[in-house]
Amino acid sequence: MKNTNWRLIYAHTVLIIGVIFMSFPVWVAFSTSTHDDVTILRNGLQFWPGTHFFETYWEVLFVEGGVMKSVLGTTMLKNSLILGIGFAVGKVIISMLAAYAIVYFRFRLAAPLFWIIFMTLLLPLEVRIIPSYEVMAGLNLLDTHTGLIVPLIASATGTFFFRQFFRSVPEELLEAARLDGATPWRFFVDILIPLSKTMIAAILIIMFVVGWNQYLWPLIMTTKEENYTLVIGIKQIYQVLAEGGELPQYQKAFALTILATLPPVLVVLVFQNWFVKGLVESEK
Amino acid sequence: MAGVELTGVRKIYPNGAEAVRGVDMTIEHGEFIVFVGPSGCGKSTLLRMVAGLESITEGEISIDGRIINEVSPADRDVAMVFQNYALYPHMTVRGNMSYGLKNRGNSKAEIHEKVEEAAKMLRIHDFLDRRPQQLSGGQRQRVAMGRAIVREPKVFLFDEPLSNLDAKLRVQMRIEIKRLQRRMDVTSIYVTHDQTEAMTLADRLAVINDGRIEQMGAPLELYNNPTTLFVASFIGSPQINLVPVVFDGDKLISGDIALSGFKDLPTDADLVLGIRPDDLTQNGEGEVSLRVDLVEQHGAENLIYGALLGAAAEEGEETEICIKVDQQTLPKIDATLKLGVNKSRALVFRKDNGQRVL
Repeated sequence: MKNTNWRLIYAHTVLIIGVIFMSFPVWVAFSTSTHDDVTILRNGLQFWPGTHFFETYWEVLFVEGGVMKSVLGTTMLKNSLILGIGFAVGKVIISMLAAYAIVYFRFRLAAPLFWIIFMTLLLPLEVRIIPSYEVMAGLNLLDTHTGLIVPLIASATGTFFFRQFFRSVPEELLEAARLDGATPWRFFVDILIPLSKTMIAAILIIMFVVGWNQYLWPLIMTTKEENYTLVIGIKQIYQVLAEGGELPQYQKAFALTILATLPPVLVVLVFQNWFVKGLVESEK
Repeated sequence: MAGVELTGVRKIYPNGAEAVRGVDMTIEHGEFIVFVGPSGCGKSTLLRMVAGLESITEGEISIDGRIINEVSPADRDVAMVFQNYALYPHMTVRGNMSYGLKNRGNSKAEIHEKVEEAAKMLRIHDFLDRRPQQLSGGQRQRVAMGRAIVREPKVFLFDEPLSNLDAKLRVQMRIEIKRLQRRMDVTSIYVTHDQTEAMTLADRLAVINDGRIEQMGAPLELYNNPTTLFVASFIGSPQINLVPVVFDGDKLISGDIALSGFKDLPTDADLVLGIRPDDLTQNGEGEVSLRVDLVEQHGAENLIYGALLGAAAEEGEETEICIKVDQQTLPKIDATLKLGVNKSRALVFRKDNGQRVL
């Protein structure tokens, strides 16, 4: 009994230290964002919340010139959402279709093609960023949402996950569906997609967070302020701070940072059941 | 009205393995045919070729006179019941049963009516709005059959549908399947490795071994008159007793045992004598004796297993045989029983090619 108590205390101590370690910077960012610029400049980082919470966040989100030259925080939030959702949905659609073809259709080179897709895991965006930019520029898609999303949605990871999942679906289901007169498309829509529900949810969540946090590609793709995502906005605001001129608006930079971390956190919190289910359970 | 016809059907897989080596078969309308054989003998492959789930390498299969080699599974007008049920887990029972009809463009009212009717027949009416996970094995199997029935196909195909059920349920479902098939009068092909199922269900059964049909006929015909050693040993439970023998002109000889009363058998080959456990009787002046090893009490009868004394066998081994006796007969272990042989029902096979010679 005593033994288990000690083990519990030990385990919790480790966990609590971990939690503090991870969340302390976020807390500092939040606290600092609720003070006014003068306090921050004079006293540095703040560890307890101040009194300027509403003022700062209001300005960042809704007042023109409050954070960037003209663009509002809400616009950047919208851009980020479009990127995150478009990125996630696009990835799920493309990788499901690719995995469906690889698993269920017998065509020449299916296996080598899969391995080629798989190998692109080794080639991150950075490797192909110049050609991709060139292509988008040629298609006149710079500074558009399409140009922001489309080059990113091919996903080896997603294809791989869906391939593994489809292979675990019992073959008899396909055979039963064929005898039931289902076309390949109907089988995909009526049976495979409903069976993959939890898997789709898990990948949507992961990919939303990844898409939301995209940095390099939006940085290169967007030149106009109205197309900035939150992540780019943060980068820009720090740049403005460094270049100086006026009094640096640190509290707004921190507020923007907090705003940028919120949606992914919310998504994971709200959908965590689905998320865990999708990764752990295979419903058959 | 024809049923199903197979002519020279062969299946060779891309890797060169030959699963079905030329099968000819005519199945009449409304007949219940069972394919039986050990695992890997090609019986499932043959069934799946009829269903259209495996391509036909050579030969022809026709249903109702129409050759279906190149017809897609959906258009062959067959329905199949799978071993693991293969129900769509995300659909309700009703959804499972109506999916095939929906894909065929039946109207909503029509689907509703057919599903209700089949559900009543199978007594799954109360579960129509449940998911397969909420059902027991037997209920799931009923749903799988319901899915097949609503389509009113020309041919039912069953791929070991009862192997996932427990013994009691299996017997019960077996009876139900038979009854249903009678009532609906639909040509059916049923694959199993269980010879009891095969015997009890079939109008005719086909014993399949190594991709070929060993023998096809009515269950009793196969039991009484097997043409090969394989069929004799596969059909019948408990298994037929097999004793290696040679023929010396008028007696069958095995070690110290000599059985008279046989003639016109080849003398130049090793033979195998087959006697069913029911054809051995306990008898004071019997010609052979058995040393009791084990008694299995089945209720109505007892099965006695033991060594056939004096029979030719490998050094240090004995020829195991089994006899069937009534429930009162309970010999002690190691007791010796004298047995009489019902020679009119004895079967003799050549050892080299398994063909029956008597």
